[in-house]
Amino acid sequence: MSEQLESGAPTFLDRFPQEARVVRAALGSSFIALFLGALFGIVQTLHRTDILRFMDSSYYYTVLTAHGVLMVVSFTIFFLVGIYTWGVVRSLDRPLVDIRFTWAWYGMMVAGTLLAVVPILGGFVDTSELSADVLFTFYAPKQAHPLFYGGLSVFLIGTWMAGADWFRAYFAWRTENPDERIPLQTFMALVTMVMWYIASIGITIAVVGFLLPWSLGFFDQINALLTRTLFWFWGHPVVYFWLMPAYMLWYTVLPTISGGRLFSDPLGRVVFILFLMLSTPVGIHHQYLDPGISEGFKAIAMTNTIFLLLPSLLTAFTVVASMEHGARQRGGTGLFGWLRALPWRDPAFTGMTLAGLMFAAGGFSGMVNAGLNINYLVHNTLWVPGHFHLTVGTAVALTFMAGTYWLWPQLTNRELYSRPIALAQVILWFVGMALMSNAMHVAGLFGMPRRTAEPQYDGFDFTATFGSIAEFDLQLAIGGTLLTISTLMFVFNIALTSGGPKVSGLGKELSEPLSGPEDSPEILDNLKLWIIIALVLVVLAYTLPLASIIERGGVFGPGVDPVPMIVEPLLIYVEAAADESTLGRLAGGVLG
Amino acid sequence: MHIHDYEKIWLVLAMVLIVAIITTITYGATAAGIGMISDDEETIDSTALDEDERFADPRVEQVGDNEYEVYVIARQFVFEPNPIEVPANSRVTFYITSPDVLHGFQVEGTNANTMVIPGEVSKLTVEPNEPGEYGIVCNEYCGSGHHTMEGLLIVHPEDEFELEDESDE
Repeated sequence: MSEQLESGAPTFLDRFPQEARVVRAALGSSFIALFLGALFGIVQTLHRTDILRFMDSSYYYTVLTAHGVLMVVSFTIFFLVGIYTWGVVRSLDRPLVDIRFTWAWYGMMVAGTLLAVVPILGGFVDTSELSADVLFTFYAPKQAHPLFYGGLSVFLIGTWMAGADWFRAYFAWRTENPDERIPLQTFMALVTMVMWYIASIGITIAVVGFLLPWSLGFFDQINALLTRTLFWFWGHPVVYFWLMPAYMLWYTVLPTISGGRLFSDPLGRVVFILFLMLSTPVGIHHQYLDPGISEGFKAIAMTNTIFLLLPSLLTAFTVVASMEHGARQRGGTGLFGWLRALPWRDPAFTGMTLAGLMFAAGGFSGMVNAGLNINYLVHNTLWVPGHFHLTVGTAVALTFMAGTYWLWPQLTNRELYSRPIALAQVILWFVGMALMSNAMHVAGLFGMPRRTAEPQYDGFDFTATFGSIAEFDLQLAIGGTLLTISTLMFVFNIALTSGGPKVSGLGKELSEPLSGPEDSPEILDNLKLWIIIALVLVVLAYTLPLASIIERGGVFGPGVDPVPMIVEPLLIYVEAAADESTLGRLAGGVLG
Repeated sequence: MHIHDYEKIWLVLAMVLIVAIITTITYGATAAGIGMISDDEETIDSTALDEDERFADPRVEQVGDNEYEVYVIARQFVFEPNPIEVPANSRVTFYITSPDVLHGFQVEGTNANTMVIPGEVSKLTVEPNEPGEYGIVCNEYCGSGHHTMEGLLIVHPEDEFELEDESDE
């Protein structure tokens, strides 16, 4: 072998071949979801802007459900389990305890995804009762096929097992290293999973306690506000579940590829603990406009939400300081002159940096969303997807893609197919998202709703206070097209990598922080303490609102019937417009 | 724990920013006189709206000198009544509920915006001052015809407004 001739370090694949296979499988699944999600995304973009409509508008919601679920459940979470498996094994420097258990949770996640995707795609078949046009948020009493809820449950159990797998590796490491600090990457993975377990309480009660048995017909009525509130109990922390792996890459990989070292390991730990404590007791900020929840509960959620700015502001400081340190190591000088010394030709560096930059913009539009009063102007308008395409759609997605350019060769022992294409890809994503997200934010301010197949109405037109609606539609569509091209460039670049020859010595070491774990107080690693505080905060934030909702409407609601979401109701509504009484009769027929 | 001086300054500024934002939002949400959607309405049996005094006949009703109440049903895929007609410079309170799934109710381009949840009644008060026609959109996905769900709010000049007599219904 030529290994001795190469100067580079052994790769992750060389050192942990079994784990590397799982990581590759998880990332591969994530990229398949990204590819499919992007195809649904472009169909949607061209449809709603009325540039290309080749399907009936009722299918738009099937496309939107598929886009949402594939992107924010499959793409993000498969990537998370892959990158955390890598991070835990790499930083503990030991293999997982039992690789069969690892493959078992990966298998659960794949099976769950397939089970949920079948009824979603069933929405395209006119007469099929196998349907789930309920979007990512699946608010009852819109009802999906039981397979949808079942698939979601299986997928979730898979993620819980993944967390258990990492805890198991950590406990095994702890017996071997009783006095050492938890390595930073492992610490981040474990804290993320604790947050996930706490958040899962909400979705588990909603799905297993209500939606699944309700879709199977065990009971008819449901408290729509209760299941919606339980959804957001989970639905807000899930956005941090997407974000925290990106943070891990910013804290542990970005400083190294900038040519420097992380500014502060202790502050990284503080940031993750803040996320653990604050990300769940804020979910009600998605429900500022909900009847049945008092202003006081909404105000508490608002206050907690604004405090969530703190970990992100701290991260902005630490990451930029680490990059500056790197640039100065590379010979950069001056107040801002050091920026020129950064490795801008490295797609991994440029991708992560552009992602971070866009996250700042997303943070500002997020502050508008968080404003209890000003939220009334933007709630459920196109502003909101404009916001989260900056956060999950760029800060997370672009960081994941950039991180892949750095990590993939170490998982495959193959050079990336093309670095110039990779660099063009991350820049194209940034430009495409700048256009699309800007257009969405602006159109949202004009009142254009989100989640709507044809935001063109008969009785009125939206008034653009500057520019024109057509102009913003065009901007949105051009942005969406660039993003689709960028996705294809990413997916094919990674796919073509596997055709290259195997080489050795592609391993890359991560640099040690300037201020290491020895500077951080022991208490930061006391996970039990943080778990207790996080649980107390959740109990404080949710007990009274949930009790109040149940007291008002009852566990099974004040009288709300299920409404299965299948494409057929299109016929009903045409007749219903002519004769309202038809609605009840036909809906009854569908239910029966 | 070792914290760099610059980091301390940044931390203090971040906390100042956070407190300032919370203060301005609290002011805007209380002192500025903007009412929030809240829990002051009782729950309602959404399967029996036709037996409800307010929603059996969705309508505009004058309740005071210059005060109006509007009882709105948002259902797949229409708003009732439609159009909703009120005079300018009045105080209009909407009560909105749904007999089927979640809907949204937003007067386009304004902050008159609420979720509509079956089983609950959304209460929303506005003071329209500019006569004209305003579109109402359902901004929460409600089914395959969601994009056709629209309504119209017509704000008449005060002197031209007369409430239709609906007692003949």
